[in-house]
Amino acid sequence: MTRLHFHSGKMILFGLLVLLLVAGCNAQPATTEPPPVFDTGIDPNAWAQVPAGSFFMGLHNHEKTIDYDFEMMVTDVTNEQFAAFLNDAIADGSITLGEEGVLGYYPGDKFSGYKHEKEIKAGDWLLFPVDHPDARIQKEGDTFVVKPGYENHPATMVTWFGAWAYCRYYGWRLPLEEEWEKAARGPDGRAFPWGNDVDKSNANYYKSHDPFERPNTVGDTTPVGFYNGKIYNGFQTMNSPSPYGLYDMAGNVWQWTGGVYEKTHLRYLKGGSFMDYAYNLRSWTRNSATPEYFSIAVGFRCVR
Amino acid sequence: MEALKARYQYLFQSTKGLVLVAIALISLETVFFGMLSGPMAEMGVRDVWVRWTGMQLDPMEREGRIIILYHTIALAVVAIEVYFITGLVKMSERQRANINATITVGYLTSMIFGLWFAYFGHNYIWHGLFIFGQSLVFFAGVMLTVALWPWRKEYRLPPDSPYAHTRGGLDLERLAFFVMAVATLGSAVYGAVAGANFGNGFELFLAEDEVREVTKTTLQLAVIGHLHIMLTLIAIALTLIIGRWVDFKGRIHTVAMVFMIIGTIIITSGVWIIVVYRSIAHIIINVGSTPVLLASVLLTIYTWRRQVRIGLAKKGLTPKEAGFGKKLAALLHDPMPFGATWQMMYMNLVVTAVGIFLAIKLELVREWPWREERITLTGHWHILAGIIATIILLYYADLAGLKGRARRWFGWIVIIGSDAAFAAVTLFSTKRLYVSESAQQPLVNMTIWIADIGLLLVLVMLGLLMAWRLVDLFKGNGRWKEELANPELDVVGKEVDS
Repeated sequence: MTRLHFHSGKMILFGLLVLLLVAGCNAQPATTEPPPVFDTGIDPNAWAQVPAGSFFMGLHNHEKTIDYDFEMMVTDVTNEQFAAFLNDAIADGSITLGEEGVLGYYPGDKFSGYKHEKEIKAGDWLLFPVDHPDARIQKEGDTFVVKPGYENHPATMVTWFGAWAYCRYYGWRLPLEEEWEKAARGPDGRAFPWGNDVDKSNANYYKSHDPFERPNTVGDTTPVGFYNGKIYNGFQTMNSPSPYGLYDMAGNVWQWTGGVYEKTHLRYLKGGSFMDYAYNLRSWTRNSATPEYFSIAVGFRCVR
Repeated sequence: MEALKARYQYLFQSTKGLVLVAIALISLETVFFGMLSGPMAEMGVRDVWVRWTGMQLDPMEREGRIIILYHTIALAVVAIEVYFITGLVKMSERQRANINATITVGYLTSMIFGLWFAYFGHNYIWHGLFIFGQSLVFFAGVMLTVALWPWRKEYRLPPDSPYAHTRGGLDLERLAFFVMAVATLGSAVYGAVAGANFGNGFELFLAEDEVREVTKTTLQLAVIGHLHIMLTLIAIALTLIIGRWVDFKGRIHTVAMVFMIIGTIIITSGVWIIVVYRSIAHIIINVGSTPVLLASVLLTIYTWRRQVRIGLAKKGLTPKEAGFGKKLAALLHDPMPFGATWQMMYMNLVVTAVGIFLAIKLELVREWPWREERITLTGHWHILAGIIATIILLYYADLAGLKGRARRWFGWIVIIGSDAAFAAVTLFSTKRLYVSESAQQPLVNMTIWIADIGLLLVLVMLGLLMAWRLVDLFKGNGRWKEELANPELDVVGKEVDS
C-alpha cells in the first residue's frame, strides 16, 4: 500500500512535469520575414485642426477647457519621416551621431530633488539608438534607411528627447496631455476615439489578429491610418478616426506627450499599443517612462 | 419538506455547510467572471460570453466593476474565515449563530446585488444593497470582536495549559484573534470612510494605476493602505486558523502568538498613519511584518515537526528511529497540513522576496514604463490572494472528509499546480529583468501556458470537490448529515498525535 502511495505521488509529479515541458516547447523562434505592405491611403503629412473648447478629461470625466485652436498630425510620425529627419538634422549639425546612437541637445528640467526624481541636466541626450536590432531605421553608410516594408509604420525606438527634437526641428512641439486627450476623445467624453466599444477592426492591440501579427511574436505595428474602413488581404477594418479626423489615437504605439511636470522626471504616454490589451487603449489611460526610454511600442506625433 | 429543512440547516447553520456554500459561490463567481480575463479575451471567449450573459460592460466603468468584483470575493473569503473562527474559538452558541447568520446575509447580499449592479445594469437600489451587505458584514465583525473579548474569566487558561497564555491565564491566541478582528474593523472603516468622503463614493481608481502619481491624495493613500492591510489581515487570520487546525501549542506557540499580536498592531498602525506620516509609515509596516512572518515560520516548523511525528507514528516509528529519508516521507505523507504551511513559506519566495527585490531595485523598475511596473504589482497581489485561496482550499478539503488516495491526489495537485502557476506568474511579471520586449513572446507564452495549466488543475480539483459535495447533498444519509450532527472542526491527525 505504501508503495502504491509513493507511486501515485510520482505519477502526479511526472505528469505535471510533462505538461510543463509541453507548455515550454511551445516556444518558437521569432520570424524575420518582411511585413506585408499596404497603402492605407492616409497621408502622414496631413494635419487636423482641433478647435478650442471644453472636453472631458480622465477616467472621471472632469471638464476642462483648451482656449486655443491647434493642429495635430493626422497620424503618428512614420519611419520614413523620422529617417528623413535624422539624415537632414545630422547633415546640418542640429543633432550628432554618437557611439550609442543619435544625440541631441536638451536644455534640462528644473530639478526639485523630490523622492524618486532623477535629474535631467542640460546636455546631449540619446534621441535614437543606432544599430539596435529592434529598430526599423538602420544606418547604412552615412544614411539612415528604413527596413523594407516599414516605411509607413510609426517610428518607434525614439526616446522622448528624440520626439521632442523631431517636433522642434520643424518648428512644432509635442502635444500636452490635455491636448492629446481632447484630440482623441472630442468633446463628448467617449472612451475611444471612435466611440465606446472596441474590437479588432478598430485598432491594433494585443492579439487583435491583424495581418502583421505573427505566431510567437509580441505583435507588430500596423501602417499609420490602417484602420480606415479598408479591407487588407481579407482583414476588414472599420474607419476609426477621432472626432477630429486623427488616426491611430488608440492602439498601434504609445505616443509621447510633451508635458514636463514638477517633482518628477517622468514623461507621459497615451493611447496604448499593439502590446497591450484593449482596455489600455481608453483615451485617458496614462503610461509613463523616463525620457531616455525607447521601445518597439512607443512613437509620437506633433502639434502646431 | 423535512429533507429540505435539514439541508438548509446544514448549508446555512453549520460551520462546514456555510464554508461549503461560500467556497461554491466563490468558485462560480471565479468561473463566471474569469471568462472576461486576458486569455479568454485573446481566444474570443469573452465576446461570446458577454453576448450570451447580457453583461453590460461600459469601458468607462471597468475600474468600478473590478472593485465590486474584488470586494464580493473578499467578503466571501472574510465570511469563510469568520465561520472558521466561530467554529474554532470558544464563544456562546448564541453568539456563534448570530455572527454566522449576519455575515452570511451580508456577504450574500453584497455579492448578488453588487455583481448585478456592476455587470447587469445600474439600479441604485442594487448598489445600496451592495453597501448594506457590507455593513452587515461589518456588524458581524463587531459581534465577533465582542465574542472574542479575551479578558472574560471563562476564557482564561489554567497555568498548566500547553497553549500560549500569560501568567494570569490570558489566552494569547484568543488575544491574537481579537487584535486581528479589531484591526480588521478599523481598516474596513479606514477604506470605507475615505472612499465615501474624499472620493464622494464615485471617483474610483485601481491602486496599481496610481503608483507613479507624484503626490498622492488622501483618498489614494487611504485606499492603497486599506487594500494592503485588509489582505494582510486576511492572511494573519488564516495563519491563526491554521494554527488551530494543527493544534499549535507549546512554548513555540507562545512565542508565535506574541509575535503575531505585536506584528499585527505595528503593521496596522503603520498603515493607518500612512495618510499623515507617509515617510515613516513604510518603515513601521516593514518592522511589523517581520514578527508576523516569523510567527508563520514558527507555525510551519511546529506543523512540519508534528507531521513527521504523525507520519512516523503511523508506521510504528519514533523520530529517533528514523533517518532523513523516512522523516521526509513522513513529512510529506499528508499533503493537507504540509501544503497549507508550505504555501506560507512559498509565499516568501514568490511574493515577499520579489517585493523586497523590487523595492530595493525601485530605481531600475522606474526606468521601465509604468505598464511594466503595473504588471509586477498585479502579479504580486494576485499570487498572494491565490496562495491564501489554496490554503483555505487545503483546510476545507480536510474538513470535508477527503481521505486516502483522493486526499493525496487532491492535495498534491493543488500544491504543485498552484505553485507552478505562481512561479510562472512571477517570471511573467518580472520578465523585463531577463528579456527584451521584442524577444519576450516565447517566455510570455511559456509562462502563461504553465500558469493556465497550473490554475486549471487547481480549478478542476476544486470543481471535483464541489461536485462530490453536491452529489452528497442528494444522499439521505450523506456526509452532510454527519457533519450537521458533529459540527466540531477537528484537529488534523489528532487520532495519532494524542
